[in-house]
Amino acid sequence: MQLESLVKLTDAGIRKGDRWLVRDVSLEVNRGEIVTLIGPNGAGKTTTAKMALGLLSLTEGVAEQAKHLVIGYVPQKLMIDWTLPLTVWRFLRLTQACSIEDAKDALDATDSSKLLYADLKTLSGGEFQRVLLSRALLKKPDLLVLDEPVQGVDFTGEQALYRLIERIRTRFGCGILLISHDLHIVMSSTDRVICLNGHVCCSGTPELVSNSPEFQQLFGSRLASSIAIYEHMHDHHHAPDGHIESHANCGSLPQGDRG
Amino acid sequence: MFDDFLIRALIGGLGVALVAGPLGCFVVWRRLAYFGDTLSHSALLGVALALLFEANVTLVVFLTAAMISLALLVLKKVAPLSSDALLGLLAHSVLAIGLIVLSFMTWVRVDLMGFLFGDILAISETDLLIIWLGGALVLAALAYIWRGLFCATVSRDIAQAEGLHPERMEFIFTVLMALVIAISMKIVGVLLITALLIIPAATARQVSHSPEQMAGFSVLVGMIAVGAGLTGSFHWDTPTGPSIVASLIALFVVTLLAVRLVRAVQESKSSARGYAAHD
Repeated sequence: MQLESLVKLTDAGIRKGDRWLVRDVSLEVNRGEIVTLIGPNGAGKTTTAKMALGLLSLTEGVAEQAKHLVIGYVPQKLMIDWTLPLTVWRFLRLTQACSIEDAKDALDATDSSKLLYADLKTLSGGEFQRVLLSRALLKKPDLLVLDEPVQGVDFTGEQALYRLIERIRTRFGCGILLISHDLHIVMSSTDRVICLNGHVCCSGTPELVSNSPEFQQLFGSRLASSIAIYEHMHDHHHAPDGHIESHANCGSLPQGDRG
Repeated sequence: MFDDFLIRALIGGLGVALVAGPLGCFVVWRRLAYFGDTLSHSALLGVALALLFEANVTLVVFLTAAMISLALLVLKKVAPLSSDALLGLLAHSVLAIGLIVLSFMTWVRVDLMGFLFGDILAISETDLLIIWLGGALVLAALAYIWRGLFCATVSRDIAQAEGLHPERMEFIFTVLMALVIAISMKIVGVLLITALLIIPAATARQVSHSPEQMAGFSVLVGMIAVGAGLTGSFHWDTPTGPSIVASLIALFVVTLLAVRLVRAVQESKSSARGYAAHD
C-alpha cells in the first residue's frame, strides 16, 4: 500500500533568543499511523507538535502538510475562563457547525455521551480529556494531534484512553501524532516512537527504541522492565546541593541549559 | 410628553446597546477592559483632531482609535513591556495629548463635559444614521467572524491549528471595537464607553449558559439601561452617560442578588427534600 504522508518535518528547528528550543527534528506521520513523541519535560515535544501543526514559524528546516489536510488538535493545556458560559454541546461546535446526532456520535466514541449538556467547568480531568478528544474527532480529521491526552486521568482511565486512541485510528483511518511522557503504555500501541530531547535522540519501532542505548540513558533502564512507572522521568540528577548534573550524551540539549 | 431630542437619544442609545452587547462579551471573555479604556481615551484625541481639522467627529474618532490599536500591535512586538503597561502608556498619553490639543484651540468653545459624559441634546439625525448604519456594519462583521473569534478566545492554538485564522479575527475585532467606540461616544461619553461594553456582559453572564445567549442578554440589559438612564437623565437633569451607567450597575446588582436568592431557595428546597427522604 502506498503511504500517504500527512505531515512532515525536515531538519526543523526553532531558536528563541540564543537558545534552540528544538533543532534538527525530522519526522513524518502517514495515514493510519500512530507516531509517538516522548521525552522529558522541556524536551520540545509540544514545540515539535506545534511545528508540525504550523503554529510556529521555523528558524530552520521545512514543515510540510498535505493539501487540504483536516486537523483535529487536542492541546496540552486548555483553561476555560470562568467568564465563558460553555456547555459540552457548544464546545463541540467550536470550529465548525455540526448536527446533534454527530455530536452524540463523537461523544459515544469516547464513552461520554451523557456529558452532552454538561457545563464544561464541571467536568473531571478525565471527562474533559474525552470531550477534547470528541471535539477533535468531530471534524473527521486526517491527522489527529494529541498533546499529552491522558493528563489528569487516573491509571485505569489512562489505559482506557490509550485503547480508545487505538480504536480511533482503526475506525477513522487517520494519522495520529501523540505526545506522551508515559512510555510503557504508549509503546505497546504505537507504530513509531520518536525520542526527543531538544533533538531527535532516537526513533523507530517501540522495541528498537526501548533497546537503544540513547533511550536507556535518557529514561533509565527501569523502563525496560514491564512495570509501568507513572512518575515523570528526569534526564538529569540533582547533586546534593540541588545543582543539576546533566547526562553527557543524549541528556543535554544542543545549546541549552534546561533539563 | 417626551421631546424630540429624547426620542432621538433613545433610538441612538438602543442602537448602541445593540452593538455594545455582543462586542462587550468578547471584551469580558478576552479580558480587554483596559484595552477598551485605552481606545475610549484615544477618542478624546480624536475629538480634538476633528475640531482642529473641522472634520466629522465620528470618522476622526474611529480613525484615531484604529491607529491607536495598530500602535499597540506594533509596540507589543518591539517594546519589552507587558500589555497592561503598554496600554497604560498609550491611554494616558493620548488623553494628555488630546487635552493639550483642545486647550490650544481657544477659538473653539468646546463643551468638554459633553464629550466626556455624553450629551443627548447633541444627537442629530445624522448621528442616528451613523449609529445605525455603523452598528449594522459592526454586527454583520461580528456575525461573520463569530465562530472564529470565539474559538480563538477559547484556544488560540486550536483556532490556528484547525485553520480559523485567529490573527485575522482578532484584527477585525480590534477595528470593530474602534468603530463601536466612535459611534457610541455621543451617547455615553468618552469616559464611560467601557462600562457600556462590560457591565451588560457581566450582568448577562450570571444568567447565561452559552456564549450566544450571553450576547443576547447583554443586548437586553444594555437596552433596558439606556431606556432607564435616559428617562432619569430627562427627569432629574443628570448627565446622560452617568445615568445610563448607574442604571447598568443597578441592573447588575439586582441580577446578582436575584440569582443568589433563586439559588438559595433551590438549595433549601433540595435539602428539605433530602431530609424528607431521610424520614
